[in-house]
Amino acid sequence: MSSHFELFGLAPAFAVDAAALDRAYREIQSRVHPDRFAHAGDAERRASMQWTTRVNEAYRTLKSPVQRAKYLLELNGVDVGFETNTQMPGDFLLRQLELRETLAGANQPEALDALLAEVRQEQRLLVQGIAQLIDDSKDYAAAAGEVRKLMFLDKLAAEIDVAYEKVE
Amino acid sequence: MALLQISEPGLSAAPHQHRLAVGIDLGTTNSLVATVRSGAATVLPDEQGRALLPSIVRYHADGRVEVGYPAQARQAEDPKNSIASVKRFMGRGLKDVAHAEHMAYDFADAPGMVQLRTAAGVKSPVEVSAEILKVLRQRAELSLGGELAGAVITVPAYFDDAQRQATKDAAQLAGLNVLRLLNEPTAAAIAYGLENAAEGVYAVFDLGGGTFDISILRLSSGMFEVVATNGDSLLGGDDFDQRVFCWVVEEAKLPPLNARDMRLLLVKSREAKEYLTTHAEARITARLSGGEVVDVSLSAEKFCQITQTLVHKALGPMRKALRDAGLGAEDVRGVVMVGGATRMPQIQRAVGEFFRRDPLNNLDPDKVVALGAAMQANVLAGNKAAGEDWLLLDVIPLSLGIETMGGLAEKIIPRNSTIPVARAQEFTTFKDGQSAMSFHVVQGERELVQDCRSLARFELKGIPPMAAGAARVRVTFQVDADGLLSVSAKEAATGVEASVAVKPSYGLADADVERMLRDSFEHAKEDMRARALNEARVDAIRLVEAVRGALAADGALLSAEERAALERQAAALAAVASGSDHRAIRQASEALNRATEEFAGRRMDAGVKRALAGKRIAGLDL
Repeated sequence: MSSHFELFGLAPAFAVDAAALDRAYREIQSRVHPDRFAHAGDAERRASMQWTTRVNEAYRTLKSPVQRAKYLLELNGVDVGFETNTQMPGDFLLRQLELRETLAGANQPEALDALLAEVRQEQRLLVQGIAQLIDDSKDYAAAAGEVRKLMFLDKLAAEIDVAYEKVE
Repeated sequence: MALLQISEPGLSAAPHQHRLAVGIDLGTTNSLVATVRSGAATVLPDEQGRALLPSIVRYHADGRVEVGYPAQARQAEDPKNSIASVKRFMGRGLKDVAHAEHMAYDFADAPGMVQLRTAAGVKSPVEVSAEILKVLRQRAELSLGGELAGAVITVPAYFDDAQRQATKDAAQLAGLNVLRLLNEPTAAAIAYGLENAAEGVYAVFDLGGGTFDISILRLSSGMFEVVATNGDSLLGGDDFDQRVFCWVVEEAKLPPLNARDMRLLLVKSREAKEYLTTHAEARITARLSGGEVVDVSLSAEKFCQITQTLVHKALGPMRKALRDAGLGAEDVRGVVMVGGATRMPQIQRAVGEFFRRDPLNNLDPDKVVALGAAMQANVLAGNKAAGEDWLLLDVIPLSLGIETMGGLAEKIIPRNSTIPVARAQEFTTFKDGQSAMSFHVVQGERELVQDCRSLARFELKGIPPMAAGAARVRVTFQVDADGLLSVSAKEAATGVEASVAVKPSYGLADADVERMLRDSFEHAKEDMRARALNEARVDAIRLVEAVRGALAADGALLSAEERAALERQAAALAAVASGSDHRAIRQASEALNRATEEFAGRRMDAGVKRALAGKRIAGLDL
């Protein structure tokens, strides 16, 4: 089976052309989507659902920086070991504790807005670093460490999301 | 640069006749059927010219069933047998039904879905809904002059899997070929977007009789993409009636009421609510069965006050939908209002304040969903040429997961995933030598399983003896384009495979559907065999037509022998279909389906290749 990048006719790199990805996704969807086969036979409807499922999964993976980085590292044969390797640098962990304390103390939507902006900024910096490590220096081991950090921040962003529901 | 033309897969190159397809809005309060005629979507009225069909079904002891206005007119006289707002019970257990104590029905708690005791026996919400759908189907067939090729049925976007499955079961029971279950706000967006050539981010605020949806969509030419959806499947206009009803009972200091009086006052409460849309005060008068006279006046201001918490309930889902979409209220270019309950001024005000813009009310909020569904049905039936149609990408509203140790819900497919979607997760055994695992499939956002909706339970047996943690059981969730889930599990560590497919426990087993079909035909004195034969024939003809269309469009993907073999098999099915043995027709259809699997796969591959080729050429043109 072709890679997610090949599926959309893109070069396998962390820096993706978002517009090209969107365009290829829509082009393919407009040909394989189940709505095109609603009146077709079972075999075609099944094939259409399988294809669309695959295209949706590939698109979701390439759209998300964390998923895209993990996928690229796997393609390059790097054992990312995100489940087992939980070693993180001390200063990063300290910063995480700090952010989590801020989250625990935030009881106004405005406080959460400020925290979320901070998290987004750190995510942006990490994504830039990952792009450099994967695409330019091809230092996949170092990239894996940065991806782990990004996963921490994604989780925190999800928790901020839940916190909004509590303060509203 | 001149480009070579290639026809779209799935659309037959051979000319075919226009297929009769309809969109049905199966609403809590009213239902409608619409179709596309001469290029324009239009609601099909009944013989008296009325577009709406009140969603009320009345059962008589002699088996007669009345649907719509006649049932509505007598509902206060015969409350237990006149079922209104049945949509609120679809896919729901008795404990899930809000205000059951205030309802005039005789409920029977059944495993899975609540049932209703009537003069004509115990009825499930699926059967009641099927009665409404049957009337709409007959109306459409009479008006269009032929048998329907298929129907799009709308459901609230926030309906969970059990509610969707129940709706599809009802449609099948009514003899409809379901082309797709379509989310109501998405249907409205299609109607609005096409009419106004809208582009950009739009919100659809859909407050119906019993359900509330908010969907955020990105519209562009030829594309409707749902970014996020949220809602409350137990919030609607009915709840506002209920508040007025409770206020009247308190204000007039009424004693506990019987079923008839309850229904009477509820009808009066609804009338008062509607009156207050354009008036400052509504008078509510009624003579109860014991002779007491109720005479109270409700001001618009008081009405706002007693329904404030309901309006507030809609705000949370709106915020969540925007957050999930990663957008702010300022990014939304327009808010389309759908559903009769959005006529209430307090709703208009709250939505306007939230989005800081005037809501769009230029579509009939009662009809827009049915019209959008009709447009989609027309596309799905293949009546539109390539290039004139559009692509619709929708999402699942609630996360799907599995119960793990400690009663926690492990999410497998997150909410707002674009469908169709599949996701797999591996689980392992807890004890040495464990030979079976039991799975509990749940839907919802909460961490604890007890706070989520239970969809299905199943067991995987025959796991070979292994140490704890050594088995590798891969559980796969697949959600199809209707938003319906199927689950399978497979033990793979030893190469021994077992798999099981489950249907949600709230859906009906095939045997139930068969029993209901039999029951309904005993009353109608129709012949089951004739129906089975007719359905097999219709399906066979549809399949032959589809295969011939595919061969005409993409026959080049096959060798001459392969093509000849498929043509022979299609001809064979066409011949069998004119016979009278429905089993033989089914078998021949299945054979043709199997024979076309390879061809179907190649067509999809070719479609993807063409998509990319088209993109590159387009890129050169830029």
